[in-house]
Amino acid sequence: MPLPYTLTQKILARAAGRPHVSPGEIVTCRVDLALLLDSGGPRRIWPRLKELGVGVWDPDRIVLCSDHFTPAVDAESAAILQLTREFARHFGIQRFFDMRGIGHVLLAEQGLLAPGMFAVGGDSHSSMGGAFGCFMAGFGAIEMTGVVVTGEIWIQVPETLRVNWSGRFARGVVAKDIALFLCRTLGMENGASVLEYGGETVRNMSIWERMVLTNMAAELGAETGLVEADEVTLAALRTAGRVPAADALDWRSDPDASYSAIHDFSATDLPPQIAAPDSPANSGPVGAYDTVRIDQAYIGACVGAKLSDLRMVAEVLKNRSVARGTRLLVAPASTQAMTEAAADGTLATITAAGAYILPTGCGACAALGAGVLAENEVCISSTNRNFRGRMGANSAQVYLASPYTVAASAVAGRVADPRELLT
Amino acid sequence: MKAIEGRAWVFGDNINTDAMAPGLYFKSSMDEMARHCLETVDPHFARDVRPGDVIVAGRNFGVGSAREQAAMALTHLGVAAVLAVSFGRIFYRNALNFGLPALTFPNAATVRAGDVLRVQPVAGRIENVRTAAVFAVPGIPAHLMAMVEAGGLMPWLKVRLAKDTV
Ligand code: SF4
Repeated sequence: MPLPYTLTQKILARAAGRPHVSPGEIVTCRVDLALLLDSGGPRRIWPRLKELGVGVWDPDRIVLCSDHFTPAVDAESAAILQLTREFARHFGIQRFFDMRGIGHVLLAEQGLLAPGMFAVGGDSHSSMGGAFGCFMAGFGAIEMTGVVVTGEIWIQVPETLRVNWSGRFARGVVAKDIALFLCRTLGMENGASVLEYGGETVRNMSIWERMVLTNMAAELGAETGLVEADEVTLAALRTAGRVPAADALDWRSDPDASYSAIHDFSATDLPPQIAAPDSPANSGPVGAYDTVRIDQAYIGACVGAKLSDLRMVAEVLKNRSVARGTRLLVAPASTQAMTEAAADGTLATITAAGAYILPTGCGACAALGAGVLAENEVCISSTNRNFRGRMGANSAQVYLASPYTVAASAVAGRVADPRELLT
Repeated sequence: MKAIEGRAWVFGDNINTDAMAPGLYFKSSMDEMARHCLETVDPHFARDVRPGDVIVAGRNFGVGSAREQAAMALTHLGVAAVLAVSFGRIFYRNALNFGLPALTFPNAATVRAGDVLRVQPVAGRIENVRTAAVFAVPGIPAHLMAMVEAGGLMPWLKVRLAKDTV
């Protein structure tokens, strides 16, 4: 019987074709799935393929999404989207999602990830995929060029840091509050580590909420984040029309696996969190900021505009309206989220409150699309980064919070605690 | 790989990739983007940096997004090496993939802006000409040495493809 291993060790050993791997070892892994986006995808990789005189190693293992520059707003963004389409056609990439939503969310909606998989993406928030019990990490376009040519990538086997949450959230407190709390508590420098999230609170979360935790493993500076597969994972795959593999639930850490550290936190008394400018680690309980006036409230991004997030917003906005002098912008993360939100009344509640609906895509999250900020404006946002200049002008100030807190703040016109509105 | 000698630009902790390659200039040329490199941290950096200069920084240099333009903007401006207490993981990989030496330098705080440093990336040796202090630091990781010596991932892929070992 082999030694006990963490989930990360098991996946990397399988992908590297080795009986086992240990933290610190350098291994070359075969890639099961590579996510390319319009931003760091074809437009940066194709010229390099031409320079090398080669094609892609396996078009069926590539998923391509246009999301960062959608919809085109000028000739440059239109050309980027056009080139992305040509790339898909030229190389016969069947799983090409053109203006259907943000890639990290589409992978989940389409059921393209599975427990035990070794996946890579040309974007730092590729860690989001780890919610499916797989290893998925982000890399730069130069390195994705190597993947697209060879189907391989080197990894230094990381340590695993276990993060357990127990207890039930207060109403109005969600995974995003955990993520912001962790940015402060564990800091943004957890390199050479995978964050494995678990415990009762995480087991009780939907796949969409788990994806918030793994998404923001990027802010924690981790190699990636993941959650062991369980019935929630399998149910999500079935909802997406997939049949989970017979061994899907075997992709878990062994009970006595060795972690570099184990952190135990309680969700019971966690207040809603907010990260003040200019870092996700600059976080604290929302109450400390309740005098901050808001120009713009923004619901958007892979992490913060999924259907589950839109429903949180609607819960707060029901029979209420956005404060005068504040604007609420909502950019749904996918067309599927938009469709379902339209079908169940979520969208009507949001627009009746005075929100302004933006196109699906990355939008203002990285100052690439609609909703960017002017000098000195103050924004509260359901996105994941608030570095200076991230969402527009360098002097704009961005506060990060959960969709509940962003919606409550839009109603109040200042930073507000959603628990007061959700009794 | 040649030894490097250049003036030090000193930065603090957690310098992020949005600061090196701001999203607002993603659709612009590299010339234009590089002009805004690190402007939120030091408005004069892009104007005054000279080819051969080196960056010395604190913890977690290059935290944030996967955008390779962060490392490219630095090489575009002629930055010859980045020496930091620690690095964001994707930035670190990107830098080496572009042949930009990135070395962990625990004693970064001993360097003052403008100090002339001599850096030997392969040997892992940093010398401060002003203080005559010499530091032994971890060099380029062994498994990446051939790739970095070839000039980065693209030249290295060409070598590998020519040998047909891919
Ligand atoms: S929504 Fe923001 S964080 Fe997510 S992939 Fe797009 S730019 Fe990145």
